[in-house]
Amino acid sequence: MIEVDGLTVRYGGVTSLDAMSLTFEQGTCGLIGPNGAGKTTFFNVLSGFVRPASGTVRAFGADLLSMAHFRRARWGVRRTFQTEQAIEELSVFDNVAMVHEHSRLGGASRRTDVLDAISFVGIDAAPETKVRTLGAGQRRLVEVARAVVGRPRLVLLDEPAAGLPDEETSHLGDVIRRIPEHTGALAILVDHDMSLVSACCATTAVLDFGKLIASGPTAAVLRDDDVIRAYLGVG
Amino acid sequence: MRATLERVSPARARRAPSRPQLTRAGVIVVLLLFVLFGLPQLLSLYYIDTMTQVAVYSMVAVALGVLVGRVGLVSLGQVAVLAIGAWVAARLLFATTQPYPLILLEAGLITMVAGLLIGLPALRLRGLYLALITLMLAGAITVVLATVNFPNGGHGFLGYNGSLVHIPPIRRPSIAASDPAYFRYSVVVAILMFALVLAHIKTKPGRAWAAIRQSEPAALAAGINTWFYKLWAFALASFITGVAGGVLAGAVHYLYSIGFPTQDSITLLAVVLMGGVYSLWGAVVAALLYQFLPSLLNNWGVSADWLIILFGVGVLQVLTTAPAGLADQVPKDLARLGRLLVRLVRHPAPSAAGAGAADGGEGP
Repeated sequence: MIEVDGLTVRYGGVTSLDAMSLTFEQGTCGLIGPNGAGKTTFFNVLSGFVRPASGTVRAFGADLLSMAHFRRARWGVRRTFQTEQAIEELSVFDNVAMVHEHSRLGGASRRTDVLDAISFVGIDAAPETKVRTLGAGQRRLVEVARAVVGRPRLVLLDEPAAGLPDEETSHLGDVIRRIPEHTGALAILVDHDMSLVSACCATTAVLDFGKLIASGPTAAVLRDDDVIRAYLGVG
Repeated sequence: MRATLERVSPARARRAPSRPQLTRAGVIVVLLLFVLFGLPQLLSLYYIDTMTQVAVYSMVAVALGVLVGRVGLVSLGQVAVLAIGAWVAARLLFATTQPYPLILLEAGLITMVAGLLIGLPALRLRGLYLALITLMLAGAITVVLATVNFPNGGHGFLGYNGSLVHIPPIRRPSIAASDPAYFRYSVVVAILMFALVLAHIKTKPGRAWAAIRQSEPAALAAGINTWFYKLWAFALASFITGVAGGVLAGAVHYLYSIGFPTQDSITLLAVVLMGGVYSLWGAVVAALLYQFLPSLLNNWGVSADWLIILFGVGVLQVLTTAPAGLADQVPKDLARLGRLLVRLVRHPAPSAAGAGAADGGEGP
């Protein structure tokens, strides 16, 4: 369970997150909102790249914000990036192994854990293939494999389906839906593809200009008047 | 997509070395045996000394390659680090009777500590500013060395005595007193240093460096302590360069501060980029460009200063058309030429131009 309380982030005069308070229970939760709503900023706070002006984040009883950014991965925070960041020079295996060797797990189970993560996301290439030779969809899957290896507790997916064709998006959706059950982690999905969010997330929260404007069961949230207004820009 | 998953089994991933890998290993072994035992027989003493320098600078180049090619840290102070290694080794060689390998290890470790002291504050910077600060530190080290001088058998901490008439040469290991023997010794040390780099690249630090070079946020999100791994790269590069300095001390017998001008670090970066910053072979090519080419020109009576122009053009060419350097480009070009020749032999004249164009478009 992730409890966010009064989280505020300011960049100079701009308030990116405005006293956000929200609890993520379990499973895969959606986080949606128009561009600039503060979704990625929220992820950057959880990853430790952005220091909030105020507020707390308690993740499974731990004070997440007091941890150094690189230690959070060891604790169990994993993420993918809006612009995919699979390491081109390394093989698929090494990309995933790299996360495992900085996790809480020892080296004894590394090979099996890494191959398990690769097969879980369904990468259609041999583990020793260099990432540089893979297409966009496969690279996304490499990133997701990195996010699920080594007992994650919190998996943050930042627009993982951006730019992917429908077929690959639906495969990615299958993978994302199975993350909580497969890894035991809580997953948060940021995406603009509402059918992907509906397919993967039981609950969804909506940000607009840094403010939380709705949260609850996904279907109800997507019918919410405020949410429709925020997306369509109607006064 | 998931139908193909069965192929990805642990057994498959843990496969035995493939045939190309075995062939490559065989070629490397034969090449090394030739360099160790064939080359000294074929070369004059002049070129044996040159090749010893090539061995020394291949270590310096491989260390700089770790920083620039693996981690993306541009250092313009490596010749000054080499000077520190040479100074420490020379001081220890005059002061003690320790065996040479121990001296090299100590020179490497002490240089590593010096490199870390430089690296700690410098690593807060990146890109152009890191390059600038390392260049200025190199300048500072050059000035200090010009003042304290290299040890020449004198007493005290600095080991320099300006009034000595007969300066004793810096000793070599007893098993490698002659020039050919010392050349072999240098090559063996270089092989060990290359193996050390390879052991890093293929394992945890290598993966961490690859991540840091591509994207620091991705590295941090993967749990990599980027600061620590950058410092590790600095430490490794300083260690190897320090060891190279120790080998250099024995190679030349007498060390002078004018032998380590600050601007040489810039030339060194240029040749390392030309040779190929992502491959270990690139470091060998860089060392050949840096030491063998000037010797060749000197022998022919041509001023080696012309090389600065050549290196300038070379760096421009590499950066614009072949970022992985000569070590990557030349084998590809040769393979392409080979395929073209084969086609020319099979289908003479008329189709040759078409075959060449098609081949060029195909890429590697």
